[in-house]
Amino acid sequence: MPNYWPLIFQIGLPVFLIGLGFLAGRVNEGRHRRSLLRREAMTGPVMTNLRSLPEAARAVESWLCLGTVVIASDYFKTFGASLKTLVGGRLRTLETLLDRGRREALLRLREDAREREADMVMNVRFETAIILRSKHNRPYPAAEVVAYGTAVKLAKGAA
Amino acid sequence: MLLSNMEQVPGQRIVQHLGLVSANTIRAKHVGRDIMAGLKNIVGGEIKSYTQLLTEARNQAIERMVEEGERLGANAIINVRLSTSAVMAGAAELFAYGTAVVLEPEGQG
Repeated sequence: MPNYWPLIFQIGLPVFLIGLGFLAGRVNEGRHRRSLLRREAMTGPVMTNLRSLPEAARAVESWLCLGTVVIASDYFKTFGASLKTLVGGRLRTLETLLDRGRREALLRLREDAREREADMVMNVRFETAIILRSKHNRPYPAAEVVAYGTAVKLAKGAA
Repeated sequence: MLLSNMEQVPGQRIVQHLGLVSANTIRAKHVGRDIMAGLKNIVGGEIKSYTQLLTEARNQAIERMVEEGERLGANAIINVRLSTSAVMAGAAELFAYGTAVVLEPEGQG
């Protein structure tokens, strides 16, 4: 009987990882989505990307605020995306990955601003970077998203 | 030191521009964190150790930028911008830059 073990290992391991990625990835993504929806429903400072305060508003204090997250794709989606690059088109799984990363970063920025009782966050900007690369310089779908802006505390009563 | 990414600071007037200040830092991840990240690339989700690593590095870049501003005699850095880039496998550069200025409260002088 020929030795089938190397073959089983070579095919079995990727299949196992894809299966694990599929299941664990689904659970993780579902949990993250629910957490995002719950936290987005909470009240907090108004987020804007306006570059200056409205005429009527008077500020008493302002400071720089940050929210960051590093988010990774799962093995199943990475595999699916690499297949998709053969035929081209939209990579929906990676779109949702970056979408979740941006929402998470924005929420952390808002939570940071709320902690110091800001009323608004002005000039919100996003910065995204693919930070992980394998030995063969093939990027892993993992990205750092930074959201930053200037938190402003408004004068009460005035204006 | 007041930091802001706006061009004007509400309630304050810019009395002097001291020019561009910037600082960078390049950080490499270590093997332990890499193994955890490798696992995360299978199951997906946030890589907390990287979030923390990059936050620390970014804070250090901002701190150095603030030091440069202090040397120039500024009391604020406005229009702050941040950027991240992967310079090589396993290392990221964090860069912060802005304009050092002297502010004074509006309605004085």
